[in-house]
Amino acid sequence: MDNKEASSAQWAIETKGLAKLFGNKYALKDIDLGIRHGERLVVFGPNGAGKTTLIRSLSTLIKPSAGSVHVSGLDTRRNQARVRRKVGVVSHQTYLYGNLTVYENLKFYGRMYDVPDLEKRIQKVAGQVSLESRLHDRVATLSRGLQQRAAIARAVIHEPQIMLLDEPEVGLDPQAVIMMRDILDVFSSGECTVVMTTHNLERGLDLCEQIIILNTGKIVYRAEKSEIDRANFAEVYSHYTGISQ
Amino acid sequence: MNRKVVLRNNILLGLSLALMVAALYMVFIYVPTEKNMGVVQRIFYFHVPIAWVAFLAFFIVFVSSIMYLWKRDMKWDRYAHASAEVGIIFTTLVLITGSIWAKPVWGIWWTWDARLTASLVLWLIYVAYLLLRNYASEQAQGARIAAVLGIIGFIDVPIVALAINIWRTQHPPALIFEGGLGMPGLFTLLVSIAAFTLLFVVLVSYGIILKNQQEEISHLKDVHSEEGG
Amino acid sequence: MKGMWFKVFTIFWKDTVAELRTKEIITSVLVFAVLVLVIFSFAFDPEAGTMGLVGPGVLWVSFTFAGVLGLNRIFGVEMENSCLEGLKLCPVERNIIFWGKMASSFTFMLAVEIIITPIFLVLFNLPFFMPRLLLIVMLATAGFASVGTLFSALSMNTKARDILLPILFLPIVVPVIIAGVEATALALEGKSWGDMSVWLQIIVASDIIYFVVATLVFDFVIEE
Repeated sequence: MDNKEASSAQWAIETKGLAKLFGNKYALKDIDLGIRHGERLVVFGPNGAGKTTLIRSLSTLIKPSAGSVHVSGLDTRRNQARVRRKVGVVSHQTYLYGNLTVYENLKFYGRMYDVPDLEKRIQKVAGQVSLESRLHDRVATLSRGLQQRAAIARAVIHEPQIMLLDEPEVGLDPQAVIMMRDILDVFSSGECTVVMTTHNLERGLDLCEQIIILNTGKIVYRAEKSEIDRANFAEVYSHYTGISQ
Repeated sequence: MNRKVVLRNNILLGLSLALMVAALYMVFIYVPTEKNMGVVQRIFYFHVPIAWVAFLAFFIVFVSSIMYLWKRDMKWDRYAHASAEVGIIFTTLVLITGSIWAKPVWGIWWTWDARLTASLVLWLIYVAYLLLRNYASEQAQGARIAAVLGIIGFIDVPIVALAINIWRTQHPPALIFEGGLGMPGLFTLLVSIAAFTLLFVVLVSYGIILKNQQEEISHLKDVHSEEGG
Repeated sequence: MKGMWFKVFTIFWKDTVAELRTKEIITSVLVFAVLVLVIFSFAFDPEAGTMGLVGPGVLWVSFTFAGVLGLNRIFGVEMENSCLEGLKLCPVERNIIFWGKMASSFTFMLAVEIIITPIFLVLFNLPFFMPRLLLIVMLATAGFASVGTLFSALSMNTKARDILLPILFLPIVVPVIIAGVEATALALEGKSWGDMSVWLQIIVASDIIYFVVATLVFDFVIEE
């Protein structure tokens, strides 16, 4: 077991033959991924390709129907609590309680994640997303852009080593997107591993080192950023998904 | 469809038919008329077996629900579903035969006696179970939450029966059925129970076959639509 | 161990803070409960001296239906912004989520019942026997809370969540309702604990069984 865990531990995220069945349909099939610590992967694909299912499989929200998912060497089927401590998720849903203040939301999640020195941590994270002035306002009173920033704060309160972002910029105006991207850069630099799904080819290519394109649940294209000709990428995408951008 | 399965079902059907004919003969002709209630009392020989089967059906729902949550094999879900569908029919019959019996004997269509009331609550739990399946957003989730209800419902039934029983002894009903059955009566009852149990098995078997076929059809449709594009 | 209970409390704390701020659950449930009492007074002539007979039933109908309304919101609040997913991502055992939400259900329902009961006693000119009624109500509410919280979670993901909850909940808690009504009737007549004991035993037995079974199956309800 030691050898297996040691070899798994070199990957921040590793999936082998990951598949997910909903009823009779495969939402994901034959997904093999290896993401190293600190590496950033972007997942492109049209609606219904399985991007959200993939993120949810990595975050332990979904159990694989077949194959395996290992996060930091831990099997997501068995070590769910431990995996959850290492993972932070930002989705287009904020996971925030509208009637609670930003502070109360952060305090709640902080307690659920056993964050030490919670008060200090809340202040720090609020500063990092520039929400100190709105910290004691109810989340429902914040604009969508600010709510997404608060969602990021919530996602990182427990200092996760892996961040999973599922189309985080959906519904945000361009300025909010820029701000969010800057914040994410702060959090995801260094040893933090990032997996992000997005529709936006430019943004995705900016962020990552590894790319995959998902279509109908399967990986139809994978490459390192260095191998890609950015100018032509839209055509490549079209070719593999049948959708022009 | 498997030839062995077809053969088995045909045999079961034949046997069930034969037993049912025997039971009908015994109930209407063989067994002597009861002194107190007269001819109506013969309903007892239907009412009791049907009530037994209704309960048996729920027990099968319970076991299948546990098996589904344990093994996650959809076949257990189909067993539970088919059993519940037949079970609710039998429970409805319990209520109806109970009513038919009550009217000439007690002069009222419905009586809140312990057995009938408990059967009514069982009926309501069945209804909730079937409705729940209908309203689930997708199949695997529907199977899962139905299984949860199947387990809770079954565990709850004895508590319901107990509570209603005590409730009714505080407020005694108009008449309680008394008197022994005698040998012919007992024999008739047993034959009737056997006949209805077999009928239950046949109905559930056909129900499962139907669901298997529905499963296959929807699977074929999915495959076809993916290929056809 | 300590960590576990602290997290149960944290969930309860979160619900309470939100509720105290908006009072959305308690107000609507309270108003509905009073309405039920009033409508029943039209159904049964309140002056005819029958109130001693139908009173307990009326009270428990009010609690039950108003309770269902509240239970809908218990997991209803988790559906906004997909907060339930946020909860599922926390590194906690699922029963902690269940117990936390159950604590919230129990507290909110009890708060409403404590307010409604004196109103009921006054409206229907019944004797003021608070202490015993309180115990009966607390015990029965515990049963409602466990089954109700489970079914609240269960019905959340279905297409007809609001109507499904009462259909699931009411048949299952029949024993608690019957026992609650009978015990309340005896309490209002001034009978002793001994007279009520069989009903109290039913409520307690139901509470324990519901709690254990619900805790065991909750996992299956919210996972995917």
